[in-house]
Amino acid sequence: MYEQIAFYLFSMLTVILFLITVMSKNVLYAMTSLASGMVLISGFFFILGAEFLGVVQLIVYVGAVMALYSFAMMFFDATRSIKEKNTSSALVFLLGGMSALVLVLMFAAPIFSENIQALYPMHPEAGNAQDVGIVLFTKYLIPFEVAAVMLLVAMIAGIILAGKKMDRSLTQDMSVDMEKEIMIQKDAK
Amino acid sequence: MIGLSHYLVVSALLFSIGLMGVLRRRNLLMLFFATEVMLNAVNIAFAAISHFYNDLTGQMFAFFIIAIAASEVAVGLGILIVLYKKQGSLDLDELTTMKG
Amino acid sequence: MENLVYIALFAPLVSSLFAGLFGMSPRQTFVGIVSSALLFVSMSASLMLAYHVYQTGAPIYVTMKEWISMGDLFIPFGFVVDQVSVTMMGVVTVVSTVVHVYSIGYMDHDKSFNRFFSYLSAFVFSMMVLVMSDNFAGLFIGWEGVGVCSWLLIGFWYHKPDQSREENPSISPSWAANEAFIVNRIADLGMLVGIFILYWNVGSLQYSEVFAALPQLSEIILTTAALALFIGAMGKSAQFPLHTWLTDAMEGPTPVSALIHAATMVTAGVFLVIRANPLFSMTPEVSFFIAALGTFVAFFAASMALVNRDLKRIIAFSTLSQLGYMFAAAGLGAYWIALFHLGAHAFFKALLFLGAGNVMHAMHDELDIFKMGGLKKQMKWTYIYMGLASLALAGIPPLAGFFSKDAIIETAFNEGTLILWIMLVVTAGMTAFYSFRQVFLTFHGDERYKAFGIHPHEMYKFVLVALSPLAILAAIAGFFQGGFHDFVTRLLPEYQMSEHTHHLALVLGAIVLTFAVGGIALAYKKYANGLKRDEKTENGFLYKLLANQYYIPHLYEEIISKPYAMISDLMWKSVDLKIVDATVDGIAKFLYKSGDGTRKMQTGNLSNYLNWMAIGGIVLLVIAMLSAMLG
Repeated sequence: MYEQIAFYLFSMLTVILFLITVMSKNVLYAMTSLASGMVLISGFFFILGAEFLGVVQLIVYVGAVMALYSFAMMFFDATRSIKEKNTSSALVFLLGGMSALVLVLMFAAPIFSENIQALYPMHPEAGNAQDVGIVLFTKYLIPFEVAAVMLLVAMIAGIILAGKKMDRSLTQDMSVDMEKEIMIQKDAK
Repeated sequence: MIGLSHYLVVSALLFSIGLMGVLRRRNLLMLFFATEVMLNAVNIAFAAISHFYNDLTGQMFAFFIIAIAASEVAVGLGILIVLYKKQGSLDLDELTTMKG
Repeated sequence: MENLVYIALFAPLVSSLFAGLFGMSPRQTFVGIVSSALLFVSMSASLMLAYHVYQTGAPIYVTMKEWISMGDLFIPFGFVVDQVSVTMMGVVTVVSTVVHVYSIGYMDHDKSFNRFFSYLSAFVFSMMVLVMSDNFAGLFIGWEGVGVCSWLLIGFWYHKPDQSREENPSISPSWAANEAFIVNRIADLGMLVGIFILYWNVGSLQYSEVFAALPQLSEIILTTAALALFIGAMGKSAQFPLHTWLTDAMEGPTPVSALIHAATMVTAGVFLVIRANPLFSMTPEVSFFIAALGTFVAFFAASMALVNRDLKRIIAFSTLSQLGYMFAAAGLGAYWIALFHLGAHAFFKALLFLGAGNVMHAMHDELDIFKMGGLKKQMKWTYIYMGLASLALAGIPPLAGFFSKDAIIETAFNEGTLILWIMLVVTAGMTAFYSFRQVFLTFHGDERYKAFGIHPHEMYKFVLVALSPLAILAAIAGFFQGGFHDFVTRLLPEYQMSEHTHHLALVLGAIVLTFAVGGIALAYKKYANGLKRDEKTENGFLYKLLANQYYIPHLYEEIISKPYAMISDLMWKSVDLKIVDATVDGIAKFLYKSGDGTRKMQTGNLSNYLNWMAIGGIVLLVIAMLSAMLG
C-alpha cells in the first residue's frame, strides 16, 4: 500500500519536475527542478531495495553533479532567462511522443521471463550494501578500477579545461604567449 | 500491486521527456540537463529490473552509469566554459562552423 | 648432362635480360656481342647434347620444378632432349647465333639496337621452351612466347605510319604485327581446344602419357583432337587460309624475317605435327588433309611468288611454299623427311633472307627487285651466298634442298597420291623459276638502281664471315641424310620407299631436276640480260590475280574486317555507350545527386543532427517492436 502511494507520488513528481527542467526558460528553475527530480529518483531506488544505489545517487548527483553545475553557472550569465529559438514544438512532440508511445507499448507488454537466471543473486539477509560491495569488488573489480581511472582523468580534464589559465586560448601556441610575458616582464624592469 | 512494467513505463516516460529536451533545446547547458534526465531514467529501469529479477547486475550497471555521468559532467562543463570564453554564447544556432 | 640442358635453355634468357637492361639506352655494340656470345654458348651446349644423344641414343629427361599441382592436374616444368627436340635445338641455336652476329652489322644504324637484341634473345628462349618441353602446357607457353616475340619484332619499327594497301601491301609494321598476332590467336584457340580435349580424355599433358593413352580413345575424339591441334599448327606455320600474316610480317627487320619467319617459328607447326606423330598416324583422314593442304599451299604460295616484285615477299612466299612441302611430308607419314626438310630449309632460307638483308642494306631499304640489277659487281659475296641458297632452294644437287625436297616428292609418289606428286613437281619448277628470277633481277643485267641515285656497297666483313656456317650447311646438309635418318628414326616412325619407288628413284629425281633446271633456264632467258617489262602480261588477269595474292587480303578485309568493324561500331554506340556506360554513369550520377541532395542535411547545427538521430532511433525502435510482434 505504502509502496503504491510512494511509487505514484514519486512518478508524478519526477515527471512534472523533469518537464519543468526541459521546458523552463530560466536556468535556475531548470537546475532546481533537476536536482529535486534526482532526489525523488533516489526515492525510487529506496523503494526498490537498492539502498546503496540510492545513497550514491544522492551523493553523486544531487551533491557533486549539481554542485558542479551551480559552480559552472557562475561562469555563465545564469540569472537571465535563456533566449533560444527552440525547435518547432510540433516536431519535438511528434518525436518525443512517438518514442514515448513506442517505449511504453513495449514495456507495458507482458514480459516473458521464465528462463532468465540471476547472474549475481541478492542475499536479503546480508543487506544491500554488503551485497553490492562483494559483487563490485569481486566480479566487477576491473570495471570498477577502470571507472576510477576514468574519474581521475575526468577530474584532471575538468581542472585543465576550466583551470588557472582560463584567460588563454587552448588552441593557440602557448610558447608565443610565454615569450610575450617575458618581454613584458623585461619592459617592466 | 506495482510490477516491473510500472517502473519501466515510468522510466520510458522520463526518457522521452529527456529526449524531448534534447530535441527542443538549443542551449548547450540545457542539453546537458536533458541528458542527465535521460541517464537517470535508464538508471530507474536498471534498478527495477535488478529488483524484480533478484539480480545485482542491474545495480552494477547503474553504478557505472553514475560514474560515467559524473565524468561527463566534469569534462563537459570544462569544455562549455572554454567554449563560452571563446564564443561568448552556448547557443547551438551560433555554432555552425561545421556546415557542409 | 642436366647442366647442359639448362645452359642451352637459359643462356638466351640471360642474354635477353642482359640486353633488356640497356633497352632504353643508346646503341652499345657490346650488348650485341654479349648476346651473340651467350647464344653461342647455348649453341655449343645444344650441339654437345646432340652429340650425346647421337652417341647414347637415350633421351635426357629433366624436371626443373613443379609448376601446377592441384587435384588431378600435375604439370611440371619438364624438358626432354630427344632426337626430335635436339634436332630442333641445333637448328634454332645455329641459325639464331648467326642471326645475332648478323644483326650487329645489320642493325648498326638503328637507335633501338639494344632493344632489338633483347627481343631476339627472348624469342630464342621461347622457341627453346617450345621445342624442349615434355608436355603440351610447356609447348603452349613457348608457342605463345614466340607469338609475343614475333609481335614485338614485326612491329619493331612501330613508329612508321600507316600507308594505303596500294603503296605498301602490309600497311605498316604495327598493323602487320597486330595482324600476325590476331591470326595466331584464332589458331591458338584451336590448339587450346585440342590440348583440352586430350587432357579431358587422358588426364595428363605429358607427351609420354598422352601418347601411351591414345589407343584407348575413340576415333572421333582422336580426329577432333588432331584437327584442333592442326589448326594451331596452321596458324603458326601460316597455312591457308591463315597465311596472310606471314608476308605482311616482312615489315619487321630482315634478321627477324630470317630467324622467325623463315627458319624457326613458322616451322613450329611442323614440329607440333612431328612431335604429336602418334596422334596423327592414328588419324589417317586428318593426316591426308594435312598432306593435301600442304601441297596446295606449296603450289599456291609459289604461284604468288612468281610475279611479286618485293625481294623479301618473294622469299616469304617461298617459305610458305616450303612449309607446304613439310606438311605434305608429315601428312603422308614421312615425319623424319619433314624434319629433315625443316632443318635443311632453315639453313638455306635463313641464308637467303640474310643475303636479302645485305641487299636491302646496300640499297637503302629499297625492296623492289625491278629497281635493282647488276649488283653482283658490288656485292660479290652476297651474290655467291644468295646464289647458293637459291640453288639449294631450287633443289639442285648436291645442295641440301635437293635431297630433302626430292625425298618429299618421292614420298608423294610412293604413297600413290599422283595428284599431289604432280603438284609438288610443278611447284619445284616454279620454285626454281621464281628464286632465280629474283637472283637474276637483283644481281644480273643492267644497273637500274643508278636511276634512283643509290650507291650500293658490300656488307661488313664480319657479317659475311658469320654467314659462312649457314652457307656451308646449306651446301652440305644433304649428305647427312642417311645418318640423320638413322638418328631420328629411333624416335620417329620409320618411313621407307617401297621397292617399286626405289626402282624409279632415279627417274623421279630426274623429272624433278628437269623441272628445276627448266625453271632456272626460263628465268635466265627472261631476266638474266636485264628487265624487259611486258605490259600485256602485267595487265593480264592472271598476273594481277597473283600480284594481289588472289585478292585474299582484300577479301578478308571486305568480309571479315569491315563487317567486324561495323559490328564493333554498332556495339560501341548502342550497347557500350547506351547500356554499359549509361549504367555506370547512372550509378555515379545517382551518388552525386544524392550527395548533393543530402548535403543540405549537413547544416553544422548540432540540434538538427540530434533530430535526425532521434528519427533514426525511433525508426529502429519501431522496427524492433514490429519484429518482436511478428516474430
